[in-house]
Amino acid sequence: MSIALSAADISRALTRISHEILERNGGCESLVLMGIPTRGAFLSQRLATIIESIEKTDVSVGTLDITLHRDDLRLRPIRALVPTLVPKSGIEGKDVVLVDDVFFSGRTIRAALDALGEMGRPRSVQLAVLVDRGHRQLPIRADYVGKNLPTSRGEVVKVRLSEIDGADEVLLEPEGSK
Amino acid sequence: MRHLLSASDLSYTEALSILDTAAQMARVSDGPIKKLPTLRGRTIVNLFFEDSTRTRISFEAAAKRLSADVINFSAKGSSVSKGESLKDTAQTLQAMGADAVIIRHSASGAPQRLADSEWTSGVVINAGDGTHEHPTQALLDAFTIRKHLKVGVGDLSGLTIAIVGDILHSRVARSNVILLSLLGAQVILVAPPTLLPLGVENWSAQISYDLDAVLPHVDAVMMLRVQQERMNDFFFPTAREYSHYFGLNSDRLALLKKSAIIMHPGPMNRGLEITAACADSARSVIVEQVANGVSVQMAVLYLLLAGAPNENVESGEVLS
Amino acid sequence: MTKYLLEGATLPDGAKCQILISGGVIVAMEESILHPDVSSARRIDLGGAIALPGLVDLHTHLREPGREDSETVASGSRSAAVGGFTAVSAMANTFPVADTAGVVEQVFRLGQAAGLCDVFPIGAVTQGLAGKALAELGAMADSEARVRIFSDDGNCVFDPMVMRRALEYVKKFDGVIAQHAQDPSLTVDAQMNEGSVSSKWPSVAEEAIIARDVLLADHVGSRVHICHLTTAGGVDIVRWAKARGIQVTAEVTPHHLLLTDECANSFDPIYKVNPPLRAESDVMALREGLADGTIDIVATDHAPHPAESKECEWSAAAFGMIGLETALSIVQLAMVDTGLLSWSQVADRMSHAPARIGRYADHGQPIAIGSTANLTFVNPSLAWRVDRDLVLSRSKNTPFHGMELPGKVIATFFRGEPTVLDSILVRGPRAI
Repeated sequence: MSIALSAADISRALTRISHEILERNGGCESLVLMGIPTRGAFLSQRLATIIESIEKTDVSVGTLDITLHRDDLRLRPIRALVPTLVPKSGIEGKDVVLVDDVFFSGRTIRAALDALGEMGRPRSVQLAVLVDRGHRQLPIRADYVGKNLPTSRGEVVKVRLSEIDGADEVLLEPEGSK
Repeated sequence: MRHLLSASDLSYTEALSILDTAAQMARVSDGPIKKLPTLRGRTIVNLFFEDSTRTRISFEAAAKRLSADVINFSAKGSSVSKGESLKDTAQTLQAMGADAVIIRHSASGAPQRLADSEWTSGVVINAGDGTHEHPTQALLDAFTIRKHLKVGVGDLSGLTIAIVGDILHSRVARSNVILLSLLGAQVILVAPPTLLPLGVENWSAQISYDLDAVLPHVDAVMMLRVQQERMNDFFFPTAREYSHYFGLNSDRLALLKKSAIIMHPGPMNRGLEITAACADSARSVIVEQVANGVSVQMAVLYLLLAGAPNENVESGEVLS
Repeated sequence: MTKYLLEGATLPDGAKCQILISGGVIVAMEESILHPDVSSARRIDLGGAIALPGLVDLHTHLREPGREDSETVASGSRSAAVGGFTAVSAMANTFPVADTAGVVEQVFRLGQAAGLCDVFPIGAVTQGLAGKALAELGAMADSEARVRIFSDDGNCVFDPMVMRRALEYVKKFDGVIAQHAQDPSLTVDAQMNEGSVSSKWPSVAEEAIIARDVLLADHVGSRVHICHLTTAGGVDIVRWAKARGIQVTAEVTPHHLLLTDECANSFDPIYKVNPPLRAESDVMALREGLADGTIDIVATDHAPHPAESKECEWSAAAFGMIGLETALSIVQLAMVDTGLLSWSQVADRMSHAPARIGRYADHGQPIAIGSTANLTFVNPSLAWRVDRDLVLSRSKNTPFHGMELPGKVIATFFRGEPTVLDSILVRGPRAI
């Protein structure tokens, strides 16, 4: 097991991503950050806080539960649903940034795009991830990446966040470890 | 939980998880696109041996919102009315690849029989059997009560709920007594003694013959339908006398707490167990019960059908 | 006729002796028989089994004529023999109903032809079991079948005037009315015991009829027999009536001595029976009543049904269970192994008393020199597993499938000839 990102690394990555989001979208007026539970939701809150401190204005944040759109439901025991929270302003015509912790096969994001489509028609959808570990199985790419982390398929990337895990760090565990 | 046959199949945790899931499903029903891909490719059969348009279309809507294929099998005008047995019907559905059978039957225990038999391997959901149980109705009632009186979270502890009318023949009452008390509510059954089952004192509910005495203390009052044919079986002298003692009318409405809600599983006999003024009053949640029914049924279908067929799944591709 | 020397059996009172059978009669009983016939007799070792007088069932549905798909007199006789019975009483609810001399004689002759046990027909009380007009009770009594028991079983003789007349009329030939006690208007659409488990079939529907009928029997001075008693209250009423000197007898089925209405929770129609399985407290009262003699006999209410009548939802299923092949084991389990009955009392409840009630002179005799050699040998320490696929009845509807039961019938002798040896049916004297 090795530490891929320290707390300071994570903090710097999120700050950079915040700036990139603002730069790309020319501010935060039409911006909606949608975090994918569990850890993507906390990351989206952190990004919002950073952006607000830069822009001195409120940013719309929500969470998007993708469980009902997953394509692996039949492969695993049943999962509990998590609330989807859409900001009051909605997503219609907005620039939505999906936020997740680890970007791997791309299937989660595929499900998230479907889930978003069910709620309305954003002007654009972008993707921010803390870690991109590669091994994509779908033609999906991230717009904002905290860190590109080369891995083998069997390795496990574990993101820990202080909100629920007590500390900020990203760990890389070898194959077979749990 | 593999099937849903009785409210007593549910643990406290499972019951809450169904209500919590239903709350998420309700969001879909409120959204612009009322469709999820979750059960795409699954086949659900509505097997109705007893007429009940509202229950059937409710389950049909729930299944379709989750993208399941729905086959409606009504016993009327089918081979069943020509003497085909439950076994043959079940084996036919099995051959058609039914993943779930939602069964409504006038015989108590028919869903259990189906689930215990080897006639079908699908999930069995009881949509009302004889005078036995109607678990999804109880779940939607609990969901409705929780939404109005518990801001939609947690259990029903601290609430008092009256169920009024034909308890004896009511599968809705049976399931509700089990579920509502499981979730911590206090249940009071109000009926003439003829319409209370023998041994009701062993149910987890209080008994009263006096509706007026009960109403001021309840948070919700659930009126049950009085079947017209009960009048011919001496359960009570006349419809007028029944309404006089056990009907919900404007005078009795005034006895209720300000926050109390009025419920009815439908279809109503307006003027018999409930007056139109009460049914249509601002405190009535009767129409909303129907909408909540779809959410609860979606939750049940999701929890019983969406996951792996059994618990021992080989560790396959985990998406991330 | 073959002579048999039966060795290694224990009498119900515990005594051990050899039994010599010749000409269909017990001719000698001693620890070591010295008799001219011993040398020519076939020796059969019973390995310590208990000898009982051949069991007599007063309540058997053999379904012939009319429903030969579920049972015939011949198949029912085979089932009876392996269960240790030497006489059964064929209930009248056949198609056509056994309400004429012609039908009862037909059933009687089918029994003779099968030759594995005596089949005594029970005549209907009323024409077509309809409860309205008396059947020709006298003609049936005088027929070759010599009917002494009359019953509308399946239906209650509900009209009190009809019941009164029937009770009076059978005095002419020392007959008895066997009543299926069930008030029909209290049990409309009834499916299960009314109690904590389910509703509709209250005990009072049975008890009210028992109370009425013992009073009627008292009033007209006749004999009434209560079929398949199932409730604690019914036991009390019969006990009270006997104390008053009323000529009432009563039976209990093996399944009501063992199973409770909890079984119905499964909604498996294998447990659907009329009268229904009752509460645990009723079961205990029935055992007590059988032990103290309030309930005179055990009767099987053997009720065969084809698979399709049970492979369905509860309310569509037929009432009834088969019972001939498990009766003695259930009685041992519920009554003997619990210390409530001795084997001598089992002999009384399952042979002497039923034969007395039915006036079956050749049955229920004591195991003694000069008695007709109707004998059953049971090994109480041999346990066996019930397998519905191995029953000799044509129907498989036993609620005891898969259960391990104590006590195996080793041998049955019917009028001096073995019908069962080593627990296997052997061809009887005139077997088909």
